[in-house]
Amino acid sequence: MNELLEITTTRNNPHVDPSMGMWEWQIPVYLFLGGMVAGMMIIAGYFLFTGRHKEKNCSCFFIPIVSFVLLSLGMFALFLDLAHKLYVWRLYTTIQFSSPMSWGAWILILVYPALIANILIKPAKWMTNRIPILTEYSKKINEHPFLVKNIGIANMILGMMLGAYTGVLLSTLGSRPLWNTSLLWVLFLVSGLSAAAAFVHLFAKNKYESELLAKADNGFLVIELFVFVMIFLGLLSSARPHIEAAHLLLSGAYAPVFWVFVIGIGIIVPLIIQLLAVNHKVSHTAIAPILVIVGGLILRFVIVSAGQFSHWFNAHLH
Amino acid sequence: MPRYGMVIDTRKCVGCQDCVIACKTENNIPEGYNRDWIVTESHGKFPDIQMEIRTERCNHCSETPCVSCCPTGASHIHDVGGVVLVTHEMCIGCKACVEACPYDARYIHPDGYADKCTFCVHRVEKGEKPACVSVCPTYCMHFGDLDDPNSEVSKLLQSRKWHVNLPDAGTKPNIFYLV
Ligand code: SF4
Ligand code: SF4
Repeated sequence: MNELLEITTTRNNPHVDPSMGMWEWQIPVYLFLGGMVAGMMIIAGYFLFTGRHKEKNCSCFFIPIVSFVLLSLGMFALFLDLAHKLYVWRLYTTIQFSSPMSWGAWILILVYPALIANILIKPAKWMTNRIPILTEYSKKINEHPFLVKNIGIANMILGMMLGAYTGVLLSTLGSRPLWNTSLLWVLFLVSGLSAAAAFVHLFAKNKYESELLAKADNGFLVIELFVFVMIFLGLLSSARPHIEAAHLLLSGAYAPVFWVFVIGIGIIVPLIIQLLAVNHKVSHTAIAPILVIVGGLILRFVIVSAGQFSHWFNAHLH
Repeated sequence: MPRYGMVIDTRKCVGCQDCVIACKTENNIPEGYNRDWIVTESHGKFPDIQMEIRTERCNHCSETPCVSCCPTGASHIHDVGGVVLVTHEMCIGCKACVEACPYDARYIHPDGYADKCTFCVHRVEKGEKPACVSVCPTYCMHFGDLDDPNSEVSKLLQSRKWHVNLPDAGTKPNIFYLV
């Protein structure tokens, strides 16, 4: 007869049993949008820092408006997730230094002024038509190249913080072995950058920037693959719960989605297409960037869902 | 300062669920939710099977990931006995603490805040025992101050073999199971 090890429980709390499922679609959607906006802020900040705003059609002019909208959508998703919505203001009556979620709440407050400053460098027509004074502000900012540079730096730094904190938030939750890797923030930051590069590439009017971002995206995708390898090496050489957590993605329940959508369609296929495109073997199309963006979204769903599924084992009779 | 904890004799526990019902009625736990529950663990090769029955709840850990992740300070350590509590009016229902607990001891109350065992601190502060401890028909549960070497719980831990749940998760739980 075979060996038996069975644990049964009478607990059946909603969204906790049989396996943790507290965080649903809202969290991955927020993590994705937050990550992509973070990447776009870094890109726009870099363009401002290098003085590309002198070009007429620099992407740094449409990025902050799109970021503003996408980030607000993401925050709305986050708000939808809160179970005690009327008390949301409690986030802003305190700073909890041990809680990355608390840092995040404050980082988000700082991100908006940086985005608005970036918007003011060259406000869109529909804005100046409604609020003529914006033209004045814009003029004043542009008189000081030093100021523009600093707005660029602020956008880069806050973008980094925004992109990183989402990963730190999950990785400090040691109760979920899959998240318990200190490289998660690197993964989320790079994935955010790659989705952002893809997104801006899709809409960039400036030829030079479009080409540059396709090349940069190839770099980000390669780094992302490398970070995945490092994460799995770390988990696989850790304790049993971590090994099992890695196998959830590598060969377990989440393997089909992980290999096909995250690695295959989200990284390898667009990487090949874009490598051919930047070497002028094929022309640039929307396919690769769209795949990268969809892959980034699915990545967040897989990490949030599989992470909640991963757990410690509580068996004592051995 | 006292450090409250429980010592539970798995050799006496029969899994009758009296503690579960006592908690539900004492603390008005909504239908379908549990602050405490019964776990049965069976191990071995037939006919040589071992079984452990134990009543579980929040371990009121000494290292509290559920408190450190809380963005508002709603999850906190109470002044008395190191009991881990949630202030309902400060909780935004972000669920971070629910995710952070390796024992899955928390849930979100239908009213929106995070909820879990309180060690019946409202009773303990009046000198009574937690509801679950007070009703156990086999007297398998003991509640007291773990920092007092002369308390019943400390003496039991000195004289008997015990284990805690998920020691590797690093939370230093304060519920001990006698074996
Ligand atoms: S058992 Fe869970 S909820 Fe209770 S103190 Fe420990 S980590 Fe926190
Ligand atoms: S659900 Fe409430 S108690 Fe738990 S971490 Fe969020 S705000 Fe704190």
